[in-house]
Amino acid sequence: MNVALVLIGLMTAFALWLGIRARSGHTMHLEQWTVAGRGFGPVFVFLLLAGEIYTTFTFLGASGFAYGLGGPAFYIIAYGALAYTMSYYVMPPVWRYASEHKLISQPDYFRTRYASPSLGVLVAVVDIVALIPYLVLQFKGLGIIVHAASYGAIDNAVAIWIGAVVVTIYVMVSGVRGSAWTSVVKDVGILAVVIFLGVYLPTHYFGGIEAMFHAIDVAKPGFLALPEHGQSVSWFISTVGLSALGFFMWPHSFAATYTARSERTLRKNAVLLPLYQLVLLFVYFVGFAALLKVPGLKGPDIDLALFHIATVTFSPAVVGLIGAIGVLTALVPGSLILMNAATLLAHNLYRLMHKGCNDAQVTRTAKGLVPVVALVAVGFTLHGGSTIVALLLMGYSFVTQLFPSLLLSLSGRNRVTAAGAFAGIAVGVATVALFSLEHLSLGKLVPALPSAVADLNVGIVALVLNIVVMLVVSAWTRKQLPLQAGAQLAG
Amino acid sequence: MRNIRYLGWIPPIGTLLGPLVHNDVHPFILGMPFILGWIVVWLVLTTPIMALVYWLDPANQGSSDAEGRP
Repeated sequence: MNVALVLIGLMTAFALWLGIRARSGHTMHLEQWTVAGRGFGPVFVFLLLAGEIYTTFTFLGASGFAYGLGGPAFYIIAYGALAYTMSYYVMPPVWRYASEHKLISQPDYFRTRYASPSLGVLVAVVDIVALIPYLVLQFKGLGIIVHAASYGAIDNAVAIWIGAVVVTIYVMVSGVRGSAWTSVVKDVGILAVVIFLGVYLPTHYFGGIEAMFHAIDVAKPGFLALPEHGQSVSWFISTVGLSALGFFMWPHSFAATYTARSERTLRKNAVLLPLYQLVLLFVYFVGFAALLKVPGLKGPDIDLALFHIATVTFSPAVVGLIGAIGVLTALVPGSLILMNAATLLAHNLYRLMHKGCNDAQVTRTAKGLVPVVALVAVGFTLHGGSTIVALLLMGYSFVTQLFPSLLLSLSGRNRVTAAGAFAGIAVGVATVALFSLEHLSLGKLVPALPSAVADLNVGIVALVLNIVVMLVVSAWTRKQLPLQAGAQLAG
Repeated sequence: MRNIRYLGWIPPIGTLLGPLVHNDVHPFILGMPFILGWIVVWLVLTTPIMALVYWLDPANQGSSDAEGRP
């Protein structure tokens, strides 16, 4: 037993205690469990939305991405702010509709707005397929953190099992309130740790941040800009754009906006959250400091960069502290994702199969499904291999396909029909799956394309096909069923 | 003043313009490589721009938190 392990254990126990404590005074019926009775003010909504950005993927992934790839990593800091700016316009009308119709999940929105249960099922399936790898990634990160911070004393697999059990208990007991409370601790902690590391490491090793960048520029000319081919300028811009569109289409981010007390709460957050992205800057600094000081990590190992430089630089107590906060970056988003996946299964699929079951039964089913989903994710984590990262990127492109039919549904005279939305999403998702599983790119498909087009993120192709199919099918079904279309417009 | 909402186009255009027209490490901005420094400047500008939109947007006028349709 070393000091780092003790710190990580204490933090885990503390998170569990906070989660259990958070339920006091609230009866946990479905609406309370999932969207906290729509009673959160700006601060808690801020924490929930911010809590979803600083996952292990950012903590380990952004530093590792900067370490391994340089310039292209800057897309992560760019897209978040754009997503928030867009949310100012898109999310308040969604919130208004959701609270008028007492919706609790993302598929609810599509099902109700388009008056189509089958569209609701399609969206629920897309959501669940996208969420599982996201959860797996949190568990993987948890394993890396505990393994590294315990100096190898705790095995990856053991850490993943412990983490999964903690997240499961905590979600079953307190739902979304537990996540918001633990977010408070996590965000203060991560802010302190990341800013400390991002300032200390460059200063300690290079004499300053600017000096560090000059050193990298001398050692690896061009590494801090975008390459000519591959992850080039057109890749960068298309990826930032797609990620910004997809950001709020993640079912847990979408549903987190339901917890807001008012539309204004969401707009205030849209104004403030971009500044919070600055924290990512310090995560990059850590990755770049590691680049010259602990070189040689390759492939999936680049995610270890942060802990490698930390163990080289600090005493076990400091490493333990970093690990303890790191554990929270996996637990908080992990609990939100887990709760959402269980709710989607129970509320949007189980309820449909068992007509006439009441809210209490759905809540029980959702809670019962939490350990099941956690087990599936642990299974994938232990046996999935590195293909999970590919799955996550695919998941991001999947949820982005929901954007066109969501955006058009906000207009007063929506020209898209349920059939059009269904066909567009189905074609978009199928295109993403085909491209990802076959490792296709535009350049491979049509070699004659100039590289500015060939490097575009393939998600763009799927999105264009999605929109075209959506509009064509809508125009056609509107002609076929003028009455039904009229009824939808009225609704 | 509903047109004030169009100001929201400025941050995305500004952010993406830098890497588009000048993909290079130099000149450094705020001690950081060009693209990173450029994005950071726009990140810091986004909040005041959106705050202006928030203050002038009629949807946020009125004292109560209850809001009418825009």
